[in-house]
Amino acid sequence: MIGATGPDHGRTSVPHSIDAAFTALPLRALADAALARARALGAEHADFRLERIRSASWRLRDAKPSGGSDTTDLGYAVRVVHGGSWGFASGVDLTMDAAAKVASQAVAMAKLSAQVIKAAGSDERVELADEPVHADRTWISAYDVNPFEVPDAEKAALLADWSARLLAADGVAHVDASLLAVHENKFYADTAGTSTTQQRVRIHPQLTAVAVNGATGEFDSMRTIAPPAGRGWEYLTGTGWDWDSELEQIPGLLAEKMRAPSVEAGRYDLVVDPSNLWLTIHESIGHATELDRALGYEAAYAGTSFATFDQLNKLRYGSPIMNVTGDRTAEHGLATVGFDDEGVEAQSWDLVKDGTLVGYQLDRRIAKLTGLGRSNGCAFADSPGHVPVQRMANVSLQPDPGGLSTEDLIGGVERGIYVVGDRSWSIDMQRYNFQFTGQRFFRIENGKLAGQLRDVAYQATTTDFWGSMEKVGGPQTYVLGGAFNCGKAQPGQVAAVSHGCPSALFRDVNILNTTQEAGR
Amino acid sequence: MSSSNRITKPHEIVERALELSTADGCVVIADEGSSANLRWAGNALTTNGVTRGRTLTVIATVDGKEGTASGVVSRSAVTADDLEPLVRAAEAAARGAGPAEDAQELISGTPASPDFTDAPAETSSAVFADFAPALGEAFARAREGGRELYGFAHHELVSTYVGTSTGLRLRHDQPNGTLELNAKSPDRQRSAWAGRSTRDFKDVDPTVLDAELAVRLGWAERKIDLPAGRYETLLPPTAVADLLIYQMWSAAARDAVEGRTVFSKPGGGTRLGEKLSGLPLSLRSDPNAPGLESAPFVIAHSSGDDASVFDNGLPVPATEWIADGHLNRLSTTRHSAGLTGMQLSPGFGNLILDAGGEKSLEEMVASTERGLLLTCLWYIREVDPATLLLTGLTRDGVYLVENGQVVGEVNNFRFNESPVDLLSRASEAGRTEKTLPREWSDWFTRAAMPALRIPDFNMSSVSKGV
Repeated sequence: MIGATGPDHGRTSVPHSIDAAFTALPLRALADAALARARALGAEHADFRLERIRSASWRLRDAKPSGGSDTTDLGYAVRVVHGGSWGFASGVDLTMDAAAKVASQAVAMAKLSAQVIKAAGSDERVELADEPVHADRTWISAYDVNPFEVPDAEKAALLADWSARLLAADGVAHVDASLLAVHENKFYADTAGTSTTQQRVRIHPQLTAVAVNGATGEFDSMRTIAPPAGRGWEYLTGTGWDWDSELEQIPGLLAEKMRAPSVEAGRYDLVVDPSNLWLTIHESIGHATELDRALGYEAAYAGTSFATFDQLNKLRYGSPIMNVTGDRTAEHGLATVGFDDEGVEAQSWDLVKDGTLVGYQLDRRIAKLTGLGRSNGCAFADSPGHVPVQRMANVSLQPDPGGLSTEDLIGGVERGIYVVGDRSWSIDMQRYNFQFTGQRFFRIENGKLAGQLRDVAYQATTTDFWGSMEKVGGPQTYVLGGAFNCGKAQPGQVAAVSHGCPSALFRDVNILNTTQEAGR
Repeated sequence: MSSSNRITKPHEIVERALELSTADGCVVIADEGSSANLRWAGNALTTNGVTRGRTLTVIATVDGKEGTASGVVSRSAVTADDLEPLVRAAEAAARGAGPAEDAQELISGTPASPDFTDAPAETSSAVFADFAPALGEAFARAREGGRELYGFAHHELVSTYVGTSTGLRLRHDQPNGTLELNAKSPDRQRSAWAGRSTRDFKDVDPTVLDAELAVRLGWAERKIDLPAGRYETLLPPTAVADLLIYQMWSAAARDAVEGRTVFSKPGGGTRLGEKLSGLPLSLRSDPNAPGLESAPFVIAHSSGDDASVFDNGLPVPATEWIADGHLNRLSTTRHSAGLTGMQLSPGFGNLILDAGGEKSLEEMVASTERGLLLTCLWYIREVDPATLLLTGLTRDGVYLVENGQVVGEVNNFRFNESPVDLLSRASEAGRTEKTLPREWSDWFTRAAMPALRIPDFNMSSVSKGV
């Protein structure tokens, strides 16, 4: 399948209200108790966040239920700046006394921090960038049908039907199916007067068909390339993705892949489909333009960034046709919100303009520290038990308004590979050296697809790779990909994030043969 | 909502949830957790926190004509008012799910834990009472020595209570602590790392780790560029742990029998019994391993390829996965053991590799003519399940050893290697010691490994990252 996003049927999302069971919780009263205690103890700033996150999974193995779970996390957090230091604590008891006690614990943690900072001879103080007050605001993501309102039996039946379709095809030995869904409610209030209430829904269906050659022991798989989306149950019933078409194609593609020749290692021109390129963007641009990383606040864990702060408006990130935005407002985006976890309103901004680094992802502390003015709203915590950290917006490569179709991009390649779907990914701690594989690799000969290849991985350095981008496709090739599970910070947190991109043509990229890499 | 509605004792919550159950079977798991953490960058604390929470998981099983179904529902912050809706939700989920493939009779007959009715164990910021001042001292020393310290200290205690409608009443307390310290030169061109796992932070001293890292940053003052290629390489225990944990994730018996893992045998069957290494390697897990203690019974919050909710409470025995260099066991649930005809081998809570070696890593360096000494591995991902080819990178110090001495720091590399192949090519194993797996320390911290000497480790390309 080439660059198709599936039918959208011209539908618009159904308006919803914030879940009444959430708003019935004593949100304002708990916040008032916590913020009042923090103020009384001398906090310069305090914020309160109460969240209810329901996450569920359904798994089928060869069309039979093989596990599932339905988890609801409910709790709240208090974060303070006291004496120039951060303090954080969280709790689950929904009483005013408990909320005030958690605020006291947060202040105590700030005092502990101040002692350590003093012992180290540092005079560093936490200050936050200004943000307009947003009082009593609500925001709800764009979806039609909350997946948690669909009976479990209906979900299981649909996954079983899809699995059975694949299992019925020649050459498919096994099918793994999974569905993840999240319904997230968040209430935020701070001592400046901002209070927001939000609701988000997201969903990720996935099917993998496995072929096994019993005689040779060879096996391989082919997974659906439908991305996770900030949508509801309608995503599985025809809105936003053409499941029938994709499921129909998979057995044939898998059979062809099992017969495909192993790639000859070397340098090739690549046409990279959005279903693969989103992940390369995530790793080599998304994480690299997080300013907390560039400044060293993730140095011991996720790493730093080659895109250091002194390189702003100077670094040649890629070819002049490269334009990348950070966006908290994209409809159906997994990182789309109305307000971040510091009360900053969602925005859209440039990260790379005409190939040059021109922006970063910020939270309020980093924005103030670096003199960049207002935060662009990238603070996020994945649970009430975690402190907000700077997390990725939807980071997307912009299409060429008059750009080519994927077929025409392929048509411009004499000898190359068309890469579809993500599989394996890895990048170094400064975001230079990366290696990616995919679901489907098609040989390109004289501008035409000439069958699949196996054992392919592409390996490059970030700026070399983006510098080799000769053409970006048009809006008709643009797809919003993404993931539920971007990891960052200590204690570890996961965040869902989308990345939109068109198909794109890269010249002269290093291709490895993974069988040879394994020494076979 | 008031605090009077809250049942505060976890064993009472378990009992009440079981009483409320109207399903054919019921498992209730109460996880009572607390944690404290400190994080720092550039010789200063950046964030910190304490948490306290409870999650209650109810697993309902419902018998039907076509088999038994299961429904799993978990909720945090459970009050008395929440219990009945939670139990009913699990029962509704079971009815909507259809027959569970892994259905078995619930476990019974295991004696109750004597501390089942005791209050949960708890940690707090007090666990850092001695550590935090020492960390401040390490910051001051680092500042004076021209080093920047980055890192994270985390301690958690989870008390898990498991009750079943078949009479099990089991409890396990799991302390878990990690300390990671990263030292950099102010220009960030040199970087070194050390990590420790600990149960109580009484056995870790950040000033000692800082001193170790100061030595390594000194080694890095001489830079040596080396190209990609295959090099004799000393993998330290943390790197060996990261690779073997991944190998264990790929050791599910059912997948192997179905022909879709590195442990599948061409033509059918598995590689059980096959010699994987010329060294007398023993890879084992043991819930009672001193300093690495883990749950002695299965705690499964959901079913998957190597876990089954029906096995909750099943005793976890010591298991030798590789014995004398031969593949000895693949992981099974009761269901997959029955399906494959293999011995029951429930999953692992710790991992210990031992080949009888007695040399320390320093002694292995001393006996190296020319080779690379790694610090740790990073961003490990699977490239090809057929060979279990993994890719990833070296991080925070690759050192060139010549004639038994470290002579300088080499650039970082991307590697492409399979742990199964590495075991077959390892020419020497050092002394087994407790280690912190760096890549997976979010998930898995209890490991003891030796360093391994690999004659021809595949450094696929150079990484400019520091």
